[in-house]
Amino acid sequence: MASDLFIVIVGCGRLGSHLANQLSRAGHGAVVIDLAEKAFANLSAEYSGFSVEGDATELAVLQQAKVGKADIVIATTRDDNVNLMVAQVARAEFHVPRVLARVFEPRRKPIYRRLGIETVCPTSVAAELFLESIAAPLTLENRP
Amino acid sequence: MKVLIVGGSKAVYFLCRTFLAKGHYVTVINRDPGECVRMARRLKVTVIQGDGSDPTILEEAGAHGADAVLAVTPNDQDNLAICQLASMLFDVPRAVAMVHDPDNERVFQKLGVAAFSTTRTIASMIEQRTALDEITNLIPVGEGKVNITEIRLQPDSPVVGKTLRELSLPGDSLIAVVMRGGEAIVPRGDTGLRAGDQIVLITLPANHGPVLKAITGETI
Repeated sequence: MASDLFIVIVGCGRLGSHLANQLSRAGHGAVVIDLAEKAFANLSAEYSGFSVEGDATELAVLQQAKVGKADIVIATTRDDNVNLMVAQVARAEFHVPRVLARVFEPRRKPIYRRLGIETVCPTSVAAELFLESIAAPLTLENRP
Repeated sequence: MKVLIVGGSKAVYFLCRTFLAKGHYVTVINRDPGECVRMARRLKVTVIQGDGSDPTILEEAGAHGADAVLAVTPNDQDNLAICQLASMLFDVPRAVAMVHDPDNERVFQKLGVAAFSTTRTIASMIEQRTALDEITNLIPVGEGKVNITEIRLQPDSPVVGKTLRELSLPGDSLIAVVMRGGEAIVPRGDTGLRAGDQIVLITLPANHGPVLKAITGETI
């Protein structure tokens, strides 16, 4: 990944702030958007990006966060529908080249795919990891 | 027609009542159990309690056979998801979303979802009303058979700068008095009209609208 990307992250919870901190440390430009100002307390002291307090389903808030200039938008809020909408708006309205969304409900994943949005489903990811661990033979190292 | 409405509040209640009165079949999806019970008791509608943006709930509510889906929840993002699911998964021919952010009206259309903004509708209605502030209906005479209206002439009025003789007002209308700088003038054919004049207009109801349009230049 080039080190001069401009990335907008929607939602500054555990996942959003973690991503923002990491990406900022890696030298990328970042903006985080969250409804609640107190969510920005999750950002580390080294975070050198911007924060925008507001509702990302409001077009004016996305404009304020300069989504139009973003190389990547990552929608990480707790609300699947917010992530779905922000991702679509980022692509259709702001022509963002790469858009990713977190989706909790695995049943919604096929629809996201049909809409052409890359998704990450924490439930499926965690399930896969658990299943892998279960399938792996017990060795001295991984024995509980 | 089978209509599926997702949302709550009084607006949905009265929407249901309107559709039912016209003989349509209505199903409502609402998250709030209490509201579902109230709605089911008071209206002849099928009520499904749950999240309208969940495909299984939509299916349970009969989205497959619905002629129209109306998404009127308080959240724009939910209304978008509901309409996209309805048209993509259930082939509903007409899905309409209500939006709160007026900008989203255009954005949703770009995403292939028909949307209307109540905010914009109300704002433009209010604007229209204030634009007509210069018009005051004074008194209806003869049980409404005659209108007496007072109009303040705006600078962009098409009649400003003309004499009464030059005006081509529709028939059955009369400019009875022109108030200018605190003075009342009973105008004659050679009286000119100026911006800021208050005119008292007498019309018959049939041509009230056309006369107002001729004087203000606006469609009423």
